[in-house]
Amino acid sequence: MSATVHRRTHRRRAQGRAGRAGAYLLLTVLTVVFVAPIAYMVIGSFKPAGEVIDGLSGFLPRDLSLGNYTGMLDRFDSPATGRFSDFYLTSLIVAGVVVLGGLVVNSMAAYALARLRWRGRDTVLMVVVLLVILPFEAIAVPLFYLLNDHRNTYYVQFLPFVASAFSIYLFYSFFAGLPKEMEEAARVDGAGPWRTFFLIIVPNSKPVFATVTILSFLTAWGSFLWPVMMVDQPQRRPLPLEIAVFQGQPPYDWGQIFAFGVLMVLPVLLVFLLFQRWFVQSVASSGLKG
Amino acid sequence: MSTSGPAPLLSPRKAARGLRRDTLPAVTMAAPAALGLLAFVVVPFGLAVWLSLHNVRLDSPTPPGWFGLEQYRRILFDPNFRGEFYRGLLNNLVFAAVVVPVQTALALALAVLLNRPLRGMAFFRTFFFMPVVFPMALVAVVWKLIYARDDLGMLNAFLDTASFGLLGPYDWLGNESTALLSIIIMSIWQGVGLQMVIILAGLQGIPGDLYEAAALDRAGRWRQFVHITLPGLRNTLIFVVMVTTILSFRLFDQVYVMTQGGPQEATTTVMYQAVTTAFDANNVGRASAITVLFFVIVLVVTLVQRRLLREEREVA
Repeated sequence: MSATVHRRTHRRRAQGRAGRAGAYLLLTVLTVVFVAPIAYMVIGSFKPAGEVIDGLSGFLPRDLSLGNYTGMLDRFDSPATGRFSDFYLTSLIVAGVVVLGGLVVNSMAAYALARLRWRGRDTVLMVVVLLVILPFEAIAVPLFYLLNDHRNTYYVQFLPFVASAFSIYLFYSFFAGLPKEMEEAARVDGAGPWRTFFLIIVPNSKPVFATVTILSFLTAWGSFLWPVMMVDQPQRRPLPLEIAVFQGQPPYDWGQIFAFGVLMVLPVLLVFLLFQRWFVQSVASSGLKG
Repeated sequence: MSTSGPAPLLSPRKAARGLRRDTLPAVTMAAPAALGLLAFVVVPFGLAVWLSLHNVRLDSPTPPGWFGLEQYRRILFDPNFRGEFYRGLLNNLVFAAVVVPVQTALALALAVLLNRPLRGMAFFRTFFFMPVVFPMALVAVVWKLIYARDDLGMLNAFLDTASFGLLGPYDWLGNESTALLSIIIMSIWQGVGLQMVIILAGLQGIPGDLYEAAALDRAGRWRQFVHITLPGLRNTLIFVVMVTTILSFRLFDQVYVMTQGGPQEATTTVMYQAVTTAFDANNVGRASAITVLFFVIVLVVTLVQRRLLREEREVA
């Protein structure tokens, strides 16, 4: 009797060990699949152009140099081509205004909707909820028609994205879940909505501010459709648009294109790796409200 | 902050008046975002409907002419035009039909794998999530090279080595039968990490004692998965499936960078046509009509989602 029990636990433990080894093996294989394209880009960015498309030896770190980086920066050195710093500046301005402006504007609106009582609130809330399901793609064409005289400016690239129904909705869900007592004390002490918002609500809502920052930054930094429609002047191109143009112009220098790609994603990748636990949690929490 | 001292200084009536006095600050606070949404979302969408009923070209000397439902008739029924639109819609549907189940199943599998109490899971999670922070345009450029057609292309070289020379080389993006599939695989690689972390968060919301009870009842891993994990993730999975479905209809960046809709019309999509119709063909009216049709599709998908979620609440 006890022998069977013993054998069973023994078997289960052996199974557990085998299962664990299997899990690690599977995870390692998957990691290789997920990392390979990124590794290919990074290694290729340090290799001579002719060795980038070279079968599996594209992964071999041979003949490495910074030549592609200096070559790429030299290539973009005039107003006619646009400077690399121009592309970076455009992306930074657009993402910066969309994120910072969006945090202020959307959190204030969400607070008014979630915690203040005013006439018209329910209507506005309903409209916001309806707008959440309207993707930007559905309005890109008329917006392009409407703003055609403002092509190649910075502001046309960020203005449509500052106010965001989705961000308001994320803020709204968070604010609505805060305990009532939190602001009641402040209100009783005579603080108006503005002071209550900035002194009580904002400091207690860091997680939702982090989520909105990360999501809106990733969207703005990768924004592609809108610049394709609105920007043709090289100096005003954001990074994703320029890499698409760059990779389509012969002669193709893939080493330089990869160097461009590495520099384009590097800051985002660093922030992600440094704050990744927090980064992943913020992104994941956006799905729980669904 | 909870200095719960003596009773509130204000009488209820004065407090109520205080609440009514919120109107001015509330409207001021909501105004910037509301105006932004009005100017850049509501008005343009209304304009899309208006433009779709007109014959509009950019920089045209003649003002937009009334066109009625002609744009819609051409897109949907005219033998000269409808082929392209339906091909784009079909590609979107194929993309959705493959990406939604495969990517969701993969994300679920990864999440369950990472949710086991083993060491180093955060390490693996980092790698699976990493592609999510890459802009799609950059991902498309890198994968275009991975899919390079001759035997020196990365994927071809890998298949050649792995199959001892039996497979390939293939012209992944240049062949009508593989172009869309290639875009699909790349999109799954880029997107699965995001779904994975959302599902992981959902998994962590399932009470652990449910599993303990099931283990006491001698329920195996698979039965625990079917009877506890899947029902516990129901809402999360519905959310993930619907977001991915809508994303499938928004497909644009990858197509623009990698294939420009080709070869033939093998990778054209509804959004790709909207952009090229507005831009290359300078036909803003028809592009707007495509846009409106696109929105109708998205709306239907969303309504189905709401329906499913409501049923869940009624059952619960």
